[in-house]
Formats: sequence, structure tokens, C-alpha cells
Amino acid sequence: MANHYYNAEDLGKFGSIGEFQKPMADKFFAWYGEVFGEGHLTAKEKSLIALAVAHAVQCPYCIDAYSTDAFEKGFSEAQMMEAIHVAAAIKGGAALVHGTQMMNKVKEISM
Amino acid sequence: MKSLKALGSKLATAREQIDILEHGIDHEHPVSTFPFAENLRNIGLLPLKPTELETFQINMGKMCNQVCQHCHVDAGPDRKEIMTRDTMQQCLEALKNNPSFKTVDLTGGAPEMNPDFRWFVGEIKKLKKKIIVRCNLTIILANKKYHDLPEFFKSHEIEVVSSLPFYAKDRTDKQRGTGVFEDSIKALKKLNETGYGMEGSGLILNLVYNPSGAFMPAAQNSLEKEYKEVLKRDFNIVFNSLFTITNIPISRYLDYLIKSGNFEKYMDKLISAFNPVAAQNVMCRNTLSIGWDGYIYDCDFNQMLDMKVACDSQHVSEFNSNALKNRSILVNQHCYGCTAGAGSSCGGAVA
Repeated sequence: MANHYYNAEDLGKFGSIGEFQKPMADKFFAWYGEVFGEGHLTAKEKSLIALAVAHAVQCPYCIDAYSTDAFEKGFSEAQMMEAIHVAAAIKGGAALVHGTQMMNKVKEISM
Repeated sequence: MKSLKALGSKLATAREQIDILEHGIDHEHPVSTFPFAENLRNIGLLPLKPTELETFQINMGKMCNQVCQHCHVDAGPDRKEIMTRDTMQQCLEALKNNPSFKTVDLTGGAPEMNPDFRWFVGEIKKLKKKIIVRCNLTIILANKKYHDLPEFFKSHEIEVVSSLPFYAKDRTDKQRGTGVFEDSIKALKKLNETGYGMEGSGLILNLVYNPSGAFMPAAQNSLEKEYKEVLKRDFNIVFNSLFTITNIPISRYLDYLIKSGNFEKYMDKLISAFNPVAAQNVMCRNTLSIGWDGYIYDCDFNQMLDMKVACDSQHVSEFNSNALKNRSILVNQHCYGCTAGAGSSCGGAVA
């Protein structure tokens, strides 16, 4: 095992996950490729969604890959940061909206 | 900003650049060095042979009014190497004797700064060749004597190919210098006013995108669509096609890659994106590149690395089309730039 849980070089090894389970890996990569191709959403739009989701799930590999991809596809620094704010707002909002559950419970048990 | 040559940089020499490309910056921690030639061998393309001699690309000199950060020529106002009229005469002889050349592609530096540029264009025109000028746009505004260039281009039915690294100011200015974007927009408007890029005019205006950083170009067709939408909406500018060009890791771009700590990662990226289809279609198979001093190269990049063609016809004064047609094209690690992803050439993506 390496000294760090996360190593930048490991991103380049993603394709090798098939060494341990090839049929599933093949299916995953074929599906992944289709997901990010041009569709009802453009490949560019999907890249920005991926960047935001990468931050929401806090995956360093995905952040590395989609920061490059979104910038390559022409998004500006400000657009990329706004996308991350959207992810952060959803994450913050997701915590906060559960406040209603807390309120329900407190109201239930208080006089 | 000065050229690498004026700064006395080690990277101004071809040998130093080739050493870094082959062995890495620090020989103890070499860059991934899977030889480009091996990739060609694996797909049956080694030795790499020309298909036809169709495009005659002439580098008219390293003199330029701009000093772009990514320039593979290391061009700039401090570079004085430009083609003489004698060498141009030799080019005209070669063109006259070899009808397979359909296109003459003029590049630099800023080719328009060569005092014999207009005379040369006139002479090429007499040979009935298609002429392309790689115009950096800002030259049109740089001095009063260049203001009529759009009219000159039009009267000689020249195809204009111009770099506009992005349709937004910040990325363009970072790569090409402060103020370049605004001047480029003004120049594009002048070209449009002359009829360039306008439907039905027959005057072709193509733009070139190259990444302003250590990354690869996005898909050419998607970027072209965006360029067209934004330039029309924001500036009322039209053009014909967008060519996406990958930055080749030599000269000033190599200097940038090393200084920014991106060299190894960029090379890895190019190598892992090797595309056999792009390799089939590389431009060196139908193009020759002539240096300002008349020496012949497989491409403009080999020219900057001082890799003269591997045959007996190394100078335009002794142009021998048979020798050139049968030569093997010289390749090295920088060639990964033309074969990565959708590929890259002076005419954009190739796969």
C-alpha cells in the first residue's frame, strides 16, 4: 500500500480496474463513454455538471479530470466557480432543509 | 517580453530541446519516453513516407510584432532572420517546376513584415497556386503601411488563416499579450468589411484555436459552433472554419511547460492520447516546410528543431522532387502533439 490514500498517478490507472473484473469494467466504461457523449445535453454541459458533482462527492480524481475537461471545453474560471457554488449550495441546503425534521421533532416533544 | 534567443535561454538551441524531449528535464527523473517511432512501427507506418507533395509552406522569417507565450518559432520584434528575395526566387523556381504543389502556405513570424512579401505574393499568384497567409491579425493595425493588407489579400484571392486563441479577452491576452484580443477583433471587422468570411464572397477567413495553457483542444466542431455564436452575437464578426491546433512541446511553449511544472504531465497526456488515425493523416505527409534561409524540412516544427529533411535535397536551391517524395520523414517525441486525440495540423484536426 502506498503512503498516501490518494495519489495523482492513480487517476491514470483507472482503466486498469478491469484487471480484477473485466466484464463489469468493460460495461462501466462503455456506459461512461456514452453518458459523456453529445446527447440531449451537449458534452460541454455535461462536463460542467460533472465538475459540480465531483465537488459534491469530493472526489479528487474527478476534480482533477473535470477541472481540466471543463476548462478545455471553454468554460471560464468564473463559470466553473459558480458551478461549484451550485454544488455547495445544494450540499448546504441539503443539511439545512433537514432542520425542518428537527423542528418537527422538537415541536412534537415540547409543551 | 523577449524571445528565448534574446534572453540567452538554453531552450533557444534545438539540441537542448531535443534532449529534454527524449530524456526529460532531469535525467534522473525522465519523462515517460515511449518512442514515437515505436508507436508508428506498431501500426505499420514506420518509416513514415510522404503521400504527395501538395502544400509548400514557407516560413518567411522569425520577425513578428507579437511575442506569444506559446510560439514554437520563438518569433518576435527582436528576431531579424527573414527570407531574402534570392531565396524567394529559388522557391518560385521549385514551385514552377513542380505542379503537384497546389497550395503555398505563407507563415512566420508575421510574413507581412518581410519587405518582399507583396512582391513574392504577386509572383506566386502568376503561377496559379492557391495562397494561404497565416496572419496574426494585429499586424493589420500595427502600422499605417499594413492598414491596406485586407485589400491586398482580397486582390490576390489569398486565403487568410488567423489565430484567435479564444473568443474571450482574458485567455487570448494571456497567451498573445495585453490588448491583442481587442486589436484582433478590430482586424477581423476590417477583414469582414473587405468581404472576408462573408457568405458568397469567395474570400475565405479561417480562425485558429490553440489552448492557452497545458491542455488539449476541445472538439473542433463544438468549438467552431461556439466561436461562431459568440463572435456574431458580441462583435457581429463572421468567419468560415475554425481549426483547432494542439500546442507542440517545443521552443517557447516547452519553456512555459517546464516553468509551470506541467511538462511531464503534458507529455503523458499526448502520449496516452496517441491516435493511429491521426497518425495516418499527419500533415508532413503532403507538406514541405521551407525555412527563412531556404533549407527544407518535413514540417515547421522539425524546422524549429533544425531537423532538415533526410535526403539529398536539403536546400530549395537544389530542389529535387524525386528525392523528397521518396524520403523518410523524421520523427521524434514532439510528434505526439500532432497525433493526440483528434490530431492536429496547420489545417486543424485530422481525425
